[in-house]
Amino acid sequence: MVNTKVNLCGIELDNPVIPASGTFGYGYEFAELYDINCLGSFSFKGTTKDPRFGNPTPRIAECPNGMINAVGLQNPGVEKVISHELPLLKQCFHKPVMANVSGFSVEDYAYTCEKLDKEEQVGWLEVNVSCPNVHGGGMSFGTQPEAAAEVTRAVKAVTTKPVIIKLSPNVTDIVSIAKACEDAGADGISLINTLLGMRINLRNRKPVIANTMGGFSGPAIFPVAVRMVYQVAKAVNIPVVGMGGVSSAEDVIEMMLAGATAVEVGAANLVNPYICRDIVRDLPEVMAKYNINNLSEIIGGVK
Amino acid sequence: MKQSIFTIISNEALTRDVYKMVLSGDTSAVTNCGQFVNIQLDGLFLRRPISVCDYDAETLTIIYKVVGKGTEAMAGMKSGEKLDILTGLGNGYDLTLSGSNPVLLGGGVGVPPMYNLAKKLIGEGKKVSVILGFNTESEIFYENEFKALGCDVTVTTVDGSYGVKGFVTDALPASYTYFYTCGPEPMLKAVYKATNTSGQMSFEERMGCGFGACMGCSCKTLTGYKRICKEGPVMKKEDILW
Repeated sequence: MVNTKVNLCGIELDNPVIPASGTFGYGYEFAELYDINCLGSFSFKGTTKDPRFGNPTPRIAECPNGMINAVGLQNPGVEKVISHELPLLKQCFHKPVMANVSGFSVEDYAYTCEKLDKEEQVGWLEVNVSCPNVHGGGMSFGTQPEAAAEVTRAVKAVTTKPVIIKLSPNVTDIVSIAKACEDAGADGISLINTLLGMRINLRNRKPVIANTMGGFSGPAIFPVAVRMVYQVAKAVNIPVVGMGGVSSAEDVIEMMLAGATAVEVGAANLVNPYICRDIVRDLPEVMAKYNINNLSEIIGGVK
Repeated sequence: MKQSIFTIISNEALTRDVYKMVLSGDTSAVTNCGQFVNIQLDGLFLRRPISVCDYDAETLTIIYKVVGKGTEAMAGMKSGEKLDILTGLGNGYDLTLSGSNPVLLGGGVGVPPMYNLAKKLIGEGKKVSVILGFNTESEIFYENEFKALGCDVTVTTVDGSYGVKGFVTDALPASYTYFYTCGPEPMLKAVYKATNTSGQMSFEERMGCGFGACMGCSCKTLTGYKRICKEGPVMKKEDILW
């Protein structure tokens, strides 16, 4: 019998599989399809201080082995997430969830995190300093070590639960940003968010996405994600959550060998709504195939 | 919603670039006319959302226009080939509001979802008027199929090469109890203005998932933000922000 358990910032997960924020709603859409309690956890839809409609449509573009999205953090705002979404989520998911938070100022981040930190079902706060979709928003925090550190410190000052900072890959030196967050008190790092991308419609010569640019995700970015997880995990002493193009149990193991303690699955959920259930189901067999008895022992095990 | 494998029974061209595909498989998740399915295709990442033209216990009929790589790939598929399809997506039309004499307006590839709707309304004993709008005679499809259901059918063409010259709104009957429509957005806007009753309109948008998870297809309505794929694609006239 293989052991798929991992420990993320002091909380034990039955397995390292976590649907990524923005691809799994607040969970209950998927709970109609299967019992989502088979998951390690999940990261709910990025939540901000105020309600947001997000960007105009089209928000989605097809890409080779992936997609671009420019949803723009559509969400009902933290008050309504707490009053409406979390009670629904509680009915279908009985494990700690990852509360994904975005903001447009340091104060926004602190406000939203402080509120969600008090919610019983929230296990971790995943602070998105990297969303590339919002003009003048999250992007600027995640591209400079000092700004990322400032957000980290502000959130840590008002919260009790583990704070995981979710980083953007659209930077020249991801390691310096990760280390700045660690020094500022982050309990973990998650990466990578989407890569900034763009498509153009040949017929009308306009960008496919109304917002012109958006976040590129899907299997095409997996090698970039593995590389960045590897670089960051080697440089920091806090757990790393790896994500970016993960779509199979093999990908989960590769991400863990690169240094990830847990692994998020994003775009793949949109194509196959059962993908996370299937990855959890496949993990023991794939572990056996590669002579892995205890999944947590392979973290960072790349030679 | 259900994910299952369907087998192509037939796939034939109705016009130069519009195809009809009949599939066999588990249709139990398809619960209403006006819903859509989301089809996985080799070599493409996102599924392709296509409206349901007709369905019964074993088969699913879709009609699609070749507009890009996905529909191009579908046009080349042969009977016997398999497709991974998510079925039962979207809300579909609410038939309870139709009254005794509803009018159905379909434009181009907005025509297909009108078919099962017309079939159901006729089955309920309603007197159904159908207006099918196309650009030109060579693009017309399904006129006879609607007639065979027992609908009062009018065809409009923009260039006047067949039927009434003009748009679907130029052929609105003198009286009707309710309207149902599907077509390109400029047509929906024209129908919105030209109709003097309440009604329902089906919208399209580029989608990520098709089942409500990604917020890729959201729109604003008078009753809040809606996802075209989940709370839609059918919206009531009185909810639309125009």
